[in-house]
Amino acid sequence: MMYDIIIVGAGPAGLSAAIYGVRSGKSVLVLEKSTYGGQIINTPEVENYPGIQKISGYEFATNLYNQAVNLGAEVVYEEVTAIEEQGELKKVVTKDHVYECHSVILATGARNRRLGLDREEELTGAGVSYCATCDGMFFRGKDVAVAGGGNTALEDALFLSNYCKTVYLIHRREEFRGEKKILDALREKENVVFILNANVIRLNGEDRLSSVTVKDKNTGEEKDIPVSGIFVAIGQEPVNQPFEDLVKMDDHGYIISGEECGTSMEGVFTAGDCRTKQVRQLTTAASDGAVAALQACNYISGV
Amino acid sequence: MSVVVITKENFDAEVMQADKPVIIDFWAAWCGPCQMMGPVVEELADEIQDVKFGKINVDEQPELAAKFGVMSIPTFIMMKDGKEVKKTMGAMPKSELAAYFGI
Repeated sequence: MMYDIIIVGAGPAGLSAAIYGVRSGKSVLVLEKSTYGGQIINTPEVENYPGIQKISGYEFATNLYNQAVNLGAEVVYEEVTAIEEQGELKKVVTKDHVYECHSVILATGARNRRLGLDREEELTGAGVSYCATCDGMFFRGKDVAVAGGGNTALEDALFLSNYCKTVYLIHRREEFRGEKKILDALREKENVVFILNANVIRLNGEDRLSSVTVKDKNTGEEKDIPVSGIFVAIGQEPVNQPFEDLVKMDDHGYIISGEECGTSMEGVFTAGDCRTKQVRQLTTAASDGAVAALQACNYISGV
Repeated sequence: MSVVVITKENFDAEVMQADKPVIIDFWAAWCGPCQMMGPVVEELADEIQDVKFGKINVDEQPELAAKFGVMSIPTFIMMKDGKEVKKTMGAMPKSELAAYFGI
């Protein structure tokens, strides 16, 4: 199966690229391993996308998906495991098929960073969560922990403090990166306990989480905190491992790129949260998608 | 078949006394990934006849959500002869959900 452009990832960047690709007259295949929409589907309300006053992340993603598909893009749910060069063509390998194309756009996005602890995967959905607004209501009246020190962690702690019994905010430093206003609001809350200069080192419990072990960075002292939930808010990480040999990445695994959305390999472009950039927003993902698709079209015309 | 709305009132009749396996979708209106999965579950319910599909709104049925220890949505649970046999969660493609439950 042969396409002009294959896009890896059906988030806002990938689907925006698909729109620009098909409107330039190219055949476009989008490969997605999960569901379309990417991280934005977890956002209840988007209020900063230019031209749209307010929309839910799900509705935004669904509109974008329908727009791309109605214009002629093909979306297939398969995980890409490798991309290989084959003369002037690229071979895109999934678990079930091999596709060929002239140009590839990597729009793999990012996911919530894991703590990197044993049993983290197993206890996800059984006490370990990466989304307080999604899962918080199941912990009403219970003791929970939040790990992290940025805005998301502070917002999560404040949100949870409204209906959880006690919220332990565990942060590896003394100072918070998050906004002072939210921090002040948290300090006023009687049910928020700050555990600073400490790392979560263990997740405990049988079928579900029953406590977390934290270690004080200065004294080395370890302590178990009984909680039924921990909300992990320690930033994002890219998932670009299948493409490590294909394109150059920085130390964190982001694909090295600039405003032109090119990569270290000719004919391979990148868009959205998966590439090196300063600002990772819905708007910049969409903008990357447009740039990457038009660059891919230029590349194809030049070959 | 359509997806049956399950409440604590009809839970016994629709799930415990069901004559075939039941896959229950725990969802809420405010949950984006649940909204993604709603149409997927409806498609499966149309295509597959030897399994019954139900959905439980966790906001309206907190007792049922607690009974199954739901701590994240969407959660999908398969019940057979009144017993929980398989459980998974999160948004995923239709083929993956079907493969997980072996349907």
